[in-house]
Amino acid sequence: MNLGQWVPIVGLVVLGALFALFSVAIAPVVGPNRPNRAKLSAYECGIEPTPEPVGSGRRFPVKFYLTAMLFIVFDIEIIFLYPWAVSFNALGTFGFVEMLLFIATAFVAYAYVWRRGGLDWD
Amino acid sequence: MTIAQDALQLPHLNYGALAPMLILFGAAAVGVLIEAFVPRRSRYALQLVLGLGALVAALIVVITESGTRELTAGAAIALDGPALFLQGSLAALGIVALLLIAERTLEPGGPFVAAAAVTAGTEEDRTQAAREDAGTEVYPLLLFALGGMMLFVSANDLLTMFVALEVFSLPLYLMCGLARRRRLLSQESAMKYFLLGSFASAFFLFGIAMLYGFSGQISFAGIHSAIQTSTQSTTLLYIGLALVALGLLFKAAAAPFHVWIPDVYQGAPTPITAFMSACTKVAAFGALIRVLYVAFQGTDWDFRPVIGAIAVLTMLVGSILSVTQTDIKRLLAYSSIANAGYILVGVLGLSKDGLSSTLFYLVTYGFTVIAAFGVVTLVRDADGEATHLSRWAGLGRRSPLYAGLFTFLMLAFAGIPLTSGFTGKFAVFAAAIGGGQSWLVVFGVVSSMILAFPYLRVVVMMWLSEPGESTPTVSIPGALTSATLAIGGLATLVLGVVPAPLLDLTNHAAQFIR
Amino acid sequence: MPVHFAAAHGTLSSIWLLVAIPLASAAILLLFGRFTERWGHLLGVASVLASFILGLIYFFSLRGLSSPYRAASLNLFDFIPVGGLKVQFGLLYDPLSAIFVLLITGVGFLIHLYAVGYMSHDEGRRRFFGYFNLFVAAMLLLVLGNNYVITFVGWEGVGLASYLLISFWYDRPAAATAGKKAFIMNRVGDAGFVTAIFLMFATFGSVNFADVFNGVASHGAGQTTILILGLLLLLGACGKSGQFPLQAWLPDAMEGPTPVSALIHAATMVTAGVYLIARSNPLFTANLTLQTVVVAVGAFTLLFGSIIGGAKDDIKRVLAWSTVSQIGYMFLGVGLGGAAYALALIHLLAHGFFKAGLFLGAGSVMHSMKDRTDIRRFGGLWRYMPITWATFGLGYLSIIGIPPLSGFFSKDPIIESAFNRAGWTGWLFGSAALLGAGLTAFYMTRLFVLTFHGPKRWTEDIEHPHESPAVMTIPLVLLAVGSIAAGALFVYSPFNVKDWLRPVFNNPAAEGHEHIGQWWATGMTFVVVLIGLAIGLLLFRRGTAPQEQPAGPVVAAARANLFGDMFNETVFEKPGLYLTRALVYLDNRGIDGLVNGLAALVGGSSGRLRRTQTGFVRSYALSMLGGALLIVAAMLAVALG
Repeated sequence: MNLGQWVPIVGLVVLGALFALFSVAIAPVVGPNRPNRAKLSAYECGIEPTPEPVGSGRRFPVKFYLTAMLFIVFDIEIIFLYPWAVSFNALGTFGFVEMLLFIATAFVAYAYVWRRGGLDWD
Repeated sequence: MTIAQDALQLPHLNYGALAPMLILFGAAAVGVLIEAFVPRRSRYALQLVLGLGALVAALIVVITESGTRELTAGAAIALDGPALFLQGSLAALGIVALLLIAERTLEPGGPFVAAAAVTAGTEEDRTQAAREDAGTEVYPLLLFALGGMMLFVSANDLLTMFVALEVFSLPLYLMCGLARRRRLLSQESAMKYFLLGSFASAFFLFGIAMLYGFSGQISFAGIHSAIQTSTQSTTLLYIGLALVALGLLFKAAAAPFHVWIPDVYQGAPTPITAFMSACTKVAAFGALIRVLYVAFQGTDWDFRPVIGAIAVLTMLVGSILSVTQTDIKRLLAYSSIANAGYILVGVLGLSKDGLSSTLFYLVTYGFTVIAAFGVVTLVRDADGEATHLSRWAGLGRRSPLYAGLFTFLMLAFAGIPLTSGFTGKFAVFAAAIGGGQSWLVVFGVVSSMILAFPYLRVVVMMWLSEPGESTPTVSIPGALTSATLAIGGLATLVLGVVPAPLLDLTNHAAQFIR
Repeated sequence: MPVHFAAAHGTLSSIWLLVAIPLASAAILLLFGRFTERWGHLLGVASVLASFILGLIYFFSLRGLSSPYRAASLNLFDFIPVGGLKVQFGLLYDPLSAIFVLLITGVGFLIHLYAVGYMSHDEGRRRFFGYFNLFVAAMLLLVLGNNYVITFVGWEGVGLASYLLISFWYDRPAAATAGKKAFIMNRVGDAGFVTAIFLMFATFGSVNFADVFNGVASHGAGQTTILILGLLLLLGACGKSGQFPLQAWLPDAMEGPTPVSALIHAATMVTAGVYLIARSNPLFTANLTLQTVVVAVGAFTLLFGSIIGGAKDDIKRVLAWSTVSQIGYMFLGVGLGGAAYALALIHLLAHGFFKAGLFLGAGSVMHSMKDRTDIRRFGGLWRYMPITWATFGLGYLSIIGIPPLSGFFSKDPIIESAFNRAGWTGWLFGSAALLGAGLTAFYMTRLFVLTFHGPKRWTEDIEHPHESPAVMTIPLVLLAVGSIAAGALFVYSPFNVKDWLRPVFNNPAAEGHEHIGQWWATGMTFVVVLIGLAIGLLLFRRGTAPQEQPAGPVVAAARANLFGDMFNETVFEKPGLYLTRALVYLDNRGIDGLVNGLAALVGGSSGRLRRTQTGFVRSYALSMLGGALLIVAAMLAVALG
């Protein structure tokens, strides 16, 4: 295998790393440094930050995860719908039936979540 | 953007040959709907009938399709001899495991948790442990897992194989965490299995990337022809093989990727352990032989010493560490590791004999190990199963029938003639000899002799010790467990005395298509 | 001339019945449980008798065949067809198998009969006969297989049955331990046997006797391969036959019921090693080094056993060490090769009679002495148990080789052949065999005199020893008749074993090296035996102290089994222990980790459990990563190398 063809990529990686290091290193040296209380506080859309879960030992409800996973169910469905829609004519009836089956399958999961109370917050 | 519409060709689908997988996946989806819409009381019976019906139907279809030898679904799936044989084995072993899983007479509600979301160790948890019902999600999960395994053993390109790997792995992770008792241990095992499994999957994917880098192909046939024709360095090829093999050897429980096995086998509900030890092995080795025999045929097999070294390590680690085990499930776990080593020896025969003996071994081992775990589910006290070996002391006096059966299964594991353990080992070792791998056989024989000691210890414990105060009772199994034990025991005996018909079948099936 | 076994036809095509009958009986006894309680033992005896009668019928049909075709090979079905290796479930009935069949079923029948009386008070009698029949079936399969795999099936079967029977009284801890020891030492031997089988397949492409022997004859294998093959088979033979270095289990196996000791650990199973070597004679004859090793093992073990036998005080253990020593003679014989093969088998047959008789006699003594086995607490029994005394006495005279009893005809020729081995080794092994004969005379005299003569040294609870019932004494008498007649019958009659076995050992001996003549050998042996006998008589005529006395280094060493157990411990157990420990340590300390995890679980401290748990997954993942790196590195080495 000719490794020579990879040299430009390696060069790019090295250059990128050097640039990042350079930026971080040079900023405190050349920039002015006048801190005050407001500048040092964490910034969260202009309001006082709520306690962070990570590192502080607090947990947040598992329901957030549930919602996130449910989102994935529909997300994936949409991802598959786009290419199918684009090539609808080429795929014809076969594609249509397959897609109906696919949506039905996704709805099986939805039905399960719904009936078993996965959509209720409490 | 327009798609070149002429170029889009619909793949040909052989529905008949794909039917076993379609049946299982369909039944699993119906199972999920049953969970959603049917009242709690009726779910168990419905799920059981549905699961058994689907598996039996799948098995029948596999048998009727046994003559099929073709690539289908755009060459993504190969339905050849080994694939059909392994699918049939998976269905058959799945039926036996399902019987064990569905047993509910041993404790009220069966071995599975009623409400998995309850925090372990709380008051609520103790209440749920005593509940008379149980969650029935395990049935659709089982069907999904089996369907995924069937796809895994017939996948003809690396991406399909990866998808199948995830399809059967995810249900397995969940099923491990479903134990009704000792829930922390069970959840811990599920978590470990999940984390390490993802780790192994990542290696597998990385390996696919490497192989694609080498050949520009993901199909086994493509990789094979690239090996024949490519002029570039084989570095990528071998790194790719190593990483793909790693992902598969992880599932197959070969050292040094066996670390999860003892913990997971111990923590998971015993019927699930039985299912995993039989069916996951079939699936993992099914995929491994396909990768090695289809994609890598014609590489002069020069990777053989590397995998041979893994086989030796696996056999030795499994057999030597099982000597020190004090828990019956961990003992069987280490024995399962050692058995993975024996199967690898057969695989490394790298010939038709190697293939057919590997297929044979997978079936024989599967039946025996399910029956063995079936006996484990019977030995219980007030806190559920009593798995510590000291608790098995004197069991032979309390219940000679089941202790006798377990002794027979242990003898089979130890490879005593006229049990399937002997014929299976003999077949794989003979295949390895035929492939010129005598050094592996020497290690195999030594390891199987070492492995006889822990089995013997269990037997001695059961028959030759006084039953103590703490010797648990052996529950009378219900019809389902009895059926499991009877099938497992009979298969062990019959395949030990007249293995020829099954060996003929595997010989007949041992031909891949590319 | 290539080895070929003619296919079975006529009467001989039903030889499978020999195995099937006892097997069916065992199945009935073990499976139908309590239904067979009343008549089970009778079925057990009858099935062995049926096999014996069949054995006689087959024997005479085989005699009817003309000499070069005296064999019947019968393939029942394909056992394990793996591609190139087609293992048949096949039987072979030839002159060698035939005499073993008669020995196993004949002596086996007598011992079964005896056991009806001996076990009459034991509630497990049905189970006992089940195992006993299983043993007979397995042993018959062992000697009837026509390839090494079937022989191995029988080989493991007898091992299993013997293990079950040793542990029969599982409520006695010593019996359980002894069973375990037997199993483990046999596994070591079996590992050798199995490896040999696979090596045969690798070398000759077959495991059939005929193919392997023809392969050896046509130089299909190098001398080194043959040597390794032979040594592996020898390891297997040593394990089964209690030869050095795997001798330790046999004396411990005496914890089982006495009929078991007589049948399995004296007459039949322990001679399986001799059978294996005799059966593989073309292979062993093909390599001189191999023969020397066999002879050395035999000579060493025969001395080893007879020295220890002189220091033991347990009647059955003395007999057990005597068995070890006598099998040493047989190994010596088969190792010498040529004409000595037949001599070893004659000794094997004769030994089957007199040793079974001696064991059953010992059982009869124990029966009347409330199961005591310490010969220091016997004495003067001849008056109370005349039949046992007489039959035991005949066995005793036979084993030490007093003419014209069978031992004289069978042992002396082996000693003579040993002397006549080529080169200086002949003198060495001959002297060892001669010395062994003297030692045998000594320890057997000690045993006999202390048990039956001299003052009574009984324990207080024994008042009236009595003779055993007829069902036990009849076998004793028949076996005694065997001890008297067998020698002359096997050597001089028309049924002599040498001629009979000629088709099996078809390599007429190229002896030529005659160091000493027959009369010299016989004379010397006789004198040495008389010296041993006289010393034993002088020392123990007046009995002995009922407790163990301090003794010199030799006797102390002999009492400690010549440090055989210590040897096993250092050579096998310790390294195994260290290896296991090292591996456990390397394997992420999973076991300690589990204990920690459980402790945390019990303590209910979930935080602690969580910590240990993440630690574990991390270290598991690390070991996987390490493995991955190793594999990739190894693959690269392969690819680039």
